[in-house]
Amino acid sequence: MSWVLELLKAIGLTVVIFTFLAVVTAMIGVYLERKIAGWIQARLGPKHVGPQGLLQTVADTVKLLQKEHITPRRADVLMFNAAPVVVAVAALLDWVVIPFGTLGSRVLIVRDINIGVLYFSAMASITVLGIITAGWSSNNKYALLGGLRSASQLISYELPLALGILWAAMVAGTLSTVGIVEAQIQQGGWFLFTLPPPVGRLGAPFGILAAVTFLVAATAEVNRVPFDLPEAESELVAGYFVEYTGMRFALFQLGEYGEMFGMAALATIMFLGGWAEPHLAPYLWVAVALGTFVVAAVILLTARHSLIIRPILILALLTAAVSLLMSVGIHLPSIVWFLLKLFTLVFFLMWVRWTYPRLRLDQLLNLSWKVLLPLGLLNLLATALVLTLGGR
Amino acid sequence: MGELGVFIILALVTLIPAVVVVTSHNIVRAALSLVPSFLGVTGLYILLQAEFLAGIQVLIYVGAITVLLLFVIMLTEGGTGVRLRQVNEQVPLGAMAAVWLAFVIIVILTRTVWPIGAGSPPPYNAVAIGNAFMTDYVLIFEATSLVLLVSLIGAIVTARGEE
Repeated sequence: MSWVLELLKAIGLTVVIFTFLAVVTAMIGVYLERKIAGWIQARLGPKHVGPQGLLQTVADTVKLLQKEHITPRRADVLMFNAAPVVVAVAALLDWVVIPFGTLGSRVLIVRDINIGVLYFSAMASITVLGIITAGWSSNNKYALLGGLRSASQLISYELPLALGILWAAMVAGTLSTVGIVEAQIQQGGWFLFTLPPPVGRLGAPFGILAAVTFLVAATAEVNRVPFDLPEAESELVAGYFVEYTGMRFALFQLGEYGEMFGMAALATIMFLGGWAEPHLAPYLWVAVALGTFVVAAVILLTARHSLIIRPILILALLTAAVSLLMSVGIHLPSIVWFLLKLFTLVFFLMWVRWTYPRLRLDQLLNLSWKVLLPLGLLNLLATALVLTLGGR
Repeated sequence: MGELGVFIILALVTLIPAVVVVTSHNIVRAALSLVPSFLGVTGLYILLQAEFLAGIQVLIYVGAITVLLLFVIMLTEGGTGVRLRQVNEQVPLGAMAAVWLAFVIIVILTRTVWPIGAGSPPPYNAVAIGNAFMTDYVLIFEATSLVLLVSLIGAIVTARGEE
């Protein structure tokens, strides 16, 4: 009866992923997004529900749960109802192959399958089906336009995304997410800056290029600004989910944030060494801490509104504290490192979102087919050549 | 026993949506019904311990081919029309062809002596697939790539000609 146990384990882990990650990604994600948008636009963001507005998303969720489900009269009911579920489930299924860290000798991962990154990109590509279905079944021209744009965007950006994933898989020599992190631990450096031994630090340009290709494609894949054409508010009202109300709308949000966090987690694993802690000489850690203090002091002295710079100061203090701890040789748990890297990337994605304007459709397609795709292919070839010449 | 049960479930998951694909009056629904059908085939691949193929199946067929189909349908004028006839006056001819094809396939399947290899497939078959492509099947692999390249260039030339 081992399969019964297997099944129970799978169900249990599914519940954990779906509840825990739903809470973490959607709630913290939405809160962070609004807060960071606030800082960047020199306002405060959510402030009134709970301390510093922390419970704002909880309140919003409770509100959305009470809303009426409205199905447009001419909509395709079955597909209209299925679409948000597809988006949310596909986004959360990404998380099966994400390792969060180690506990003793065990790796904290739902399932380390040997096609990890392939599985990830397969699940990520299913999301768009939900989006197109939602756009079409709503029977609304704005929704349909959003769905169409989403389709053209996905077809264009799936290739550079896959090339980025392929790059990491090729350098690590495995498709397993755990294997990729272990390869980086073994060679003593992130793939972002280091290639395997004979090449070493000289391989940094390849890694940085691959990471940039991947991140740009990932941003496009999760429909975030500057690639948010499928849901462009100023042109399409809300794009593909314009007809959705209440919790169905929230499921789209859950899917979007779940996938964004998933992409950031995969980038962390492939290019930033996953749960591995960075190795720097103690004096370098002290230098990092001092540098953070200097930056914080400059911001503190030049800022006009102390309320708005407070979060930046908190972040600077956190960085300084971590680097000081590292300089005296106190090690943080690996899961903390993973989350630190993950949230740094998430912060970066949000920063980009609130800084850049939206691309036009032709610019978007040109960027993919004429820049990212050749760049990714050449980078893959060049890295393979360098690794082969290096005697791998 | 368990394997047989899983196979029957997966076969139903593959076949029932496939019937919808060929009978639905709604072309978008027909295209979307391909998804569960493809996922059923993915399940069969996993049952056969070909997980690399399963991943590729989801990535290419579910994630890309279906999206491409939907994209084309939505770009076609009147393509999103809900009522669509899937049958025409050639139904008897088609039925005869289908029955004949089914008969031939069944005869071939029952007459062939299937070799049953001993041992289990390699635990990590991505490497094995890569090696096979680059050694034993390199000619087929390269020929296929060439065909794809030619069709790619053909598509670009066709698209440019319309401008």
